[in-house]
Amino acid sequence: MQHVSPVREPLVTGGKTYHDVTQDVCRQVEAAPNIRWMAALSVALFLLGVFFYSVYRTLWYGIGEWGLNKTVGWAWDITNFVWWVGIGHAGTLISAVLLLFRQKWRTSINRAAEAMTIFAVICAAMFPVLHMGRPWLAFYVFPLQNTLGSLWVNFNSPLLWDVFAISTYFSVSLVFWYTGLVPDFATIRDRAKGPIAKVAYSLLSFGWKGSAKHWSRYETVSLILAGVSTPLVLSVHTIVSMDFATSVVPGWHTTIFPPYFVAGAIFSGFAMVLTLMLITRVVFKLEDYITIEHIALMNKIMMITGSIVGVAYITEFFIAWYSGVEFEQYAFINRATGPYWWAYWSMMTCNVITPQLVWFRRVRYSIPLTFILSIIVNIGMWFERFVIIVTSLHRDYLPSSWAMFSPTIIDIGIYVGTIGLFFTLFLLFAKFFPVINMAEVKSVLKYTVDNGPTYTGHDPHHHAHQSATTHGVPASASVNYDKHD
Amino acid sequence: MTKRFALGIFDDEDVLLHAVENVREAGVKIYEVFTPFPIHGMDDALGIERSRLPIAAFFFGLTGLCFALWLQIYTLGFDWPMIIGGKPHIALPAFIPVSFELTVLFCCHGMVITFYTISKLYPRWKTPVLDVRSTDDKFVVAIEVNENTDMTKLTQLLRDNGASEVNQKEMSKF
Repeated sequence: MQHVSPVREPLVTGGKTYHDVTQDVCRQVEAAPNIRWMAALSVALFLLGVFFYSVYRTLWYGIGEWGLNKTVGWAWDITNFVWWVGIGHAGTLISAVLLLFRQKWRTSINRAAEAMTIFAVICAAMFPVLHMGRPWLAFYVFPLQNTLGSLWVNFNSPLLWDVFAISTYFSVSLVFWYTGLVPDFATIRDRAKGPIAKVAYSLLSFGWKGSAKHWSRYETVSLILAGVSTPLVLSVHTIVSMDFATSVVPGWHTTIFPPYFVAGAIFSGFAMVLTLMLITRVVFKLEDYITIEHIALMNKIMMITGSIVGVAYITEFFIAWYSGVEFEQYAFINRATGPYWWAYWSMMTCNVITPQLVWFRRVRYSIPLTFILSIIVNIGMWFERFVIIVTSLHRDYLPSSWAMFSPTIIDIGIYVGTIGLFFTLFLLFAKFFPVINMAEVKSVLKYTVDNGPTYTGHDPHHHAHQSATTHGVPASASVNYDKHD
Repeated sequence: MTKRFALGIFDDEDVLLHAVENVREAGVKIYEVFTPFPIHGMDDALGIERSRLPIAAFFFGLTGLCFALWLQIYTLGFDWPMIIGGKPHIALPAFIPVSFELTVLFCCHGMVITFYTISKLYPRWKTPVLDVRSTDDKFVVAIEVNENTDMTKLTQLLRDNGASEVNQKEMSKF
């Protein structure tokens, strides 16, 4: 039986069979690492070295290695923290929210996007932990009895909410991702030739055999995980925004922060997913799975969330004026025209103007333009956090304590270093784990083969032959499909 | 104990679904069906009962909520009360975020651990499977057989219902 739609574009192109899916996804897991992967990994490892050196300096000499001062007590560390957490949100959005909305196209991108979530949260967690100065006492953030060294934690503090939000988010995402990986590890295990691979993937696959009973439970578990991950992902950035919004600093003390931050997080997350996917699909030859339609759909989400962010910027400005509070008004005028005007206008250009280009179909369907846009959006979203944090802090109520912030080489080293950490993890994932959820792609494969006479798609090169699907004859085998290229 | 299985190999999930229904109607007991991906309608065809994991998940979540409320009220309200920002010791609105997060945490991990436990899924050195293609592109119906089973008849039944191959396999410790 085929599911033919005259309206929708196929989810997977190239007339793939189930076996083709397995082959295409397992190819890079089974083959020896190629030169491009090795080159990318060496760059990532070099940056990881920069990270370790900067961390060593921070821990050995103290937080004084950073460019912070008495007025600007939070700068690159929290900027980078919020930036990384935000990037992570797209993964959960794709795997949870799009699952609840039954968006089948998510199947070929959810695995890599969830991996991105986990690695981004790892990178994010580095910043608050390092800012503690003594990370070996990081366990103080958990509610432990006084005899273990600290008083009870303060449950009224948004920073503590963050501890709970981020650790819940990380562990739930990890479990969600891993449960999805188990059936695919089983596929790799059953194909493995070498003894090490056999044992390794047998351990990883948890003895999965694909029995109907297990699949039934698996689907239930996925649905509930998606159901609870959806409010979870919204709560995480809401709580991150409350780190600022619950304070009384002009520029931070606004009620629109939670939705504004969540939209910004999804915006930057989708930009990062696009950056990664555009590279992954070419390097691993997965163009038939991550099609131009996927890219266009992600571009649309980027456009919507980017527009929400744009509206939020304007609303903030309006409310600052409308509030009649002198300090609030000054904070915003200072953002746009003060010494950090360049950061503000970089943010406005990257985040407000760029996503509007996606209205044009040409842009949405162009791979090079999408790639450039996704990079610009990530730069813009980094500036957004920098602007919110540094410009609000550097000129506070008392002009005598006004100051400027400039990062030290160690600040830059840690930031660039986390990018190295992220790409090291992502490259290892892409080599040893299946980057596409094979089981889920196989389950939507039949929606994609359009072999009926009802097909009225607008592809002029398409000449699908009608094939009879008879009882007992595998439908997938009888499809005769002309390749597009 | 060594078990012997007749394996009906299918190439298409819709053929498989009909076959499973017909084989069960013919009075043959299906030991298990192995598929590379979840097939909708298989639960009904095999007569698998609806999983009670959602109920378990609800109670795990409830446990998390109770634990979070107890933790916050006990520590800040009774064990070591402190005045923070002029708020009451038990400032319930401020406890909402942590209560929510712990509800989710307990619900997810409780449910997933239950899932792995009841499904007996845990890391093993070796994983014997009846047919390695069942995690790739084949759908395998396993029927337990013994020396009294009429194999010709069973083979014919599976073939008539669209099986592309019918094999036999012995498995110990399965």
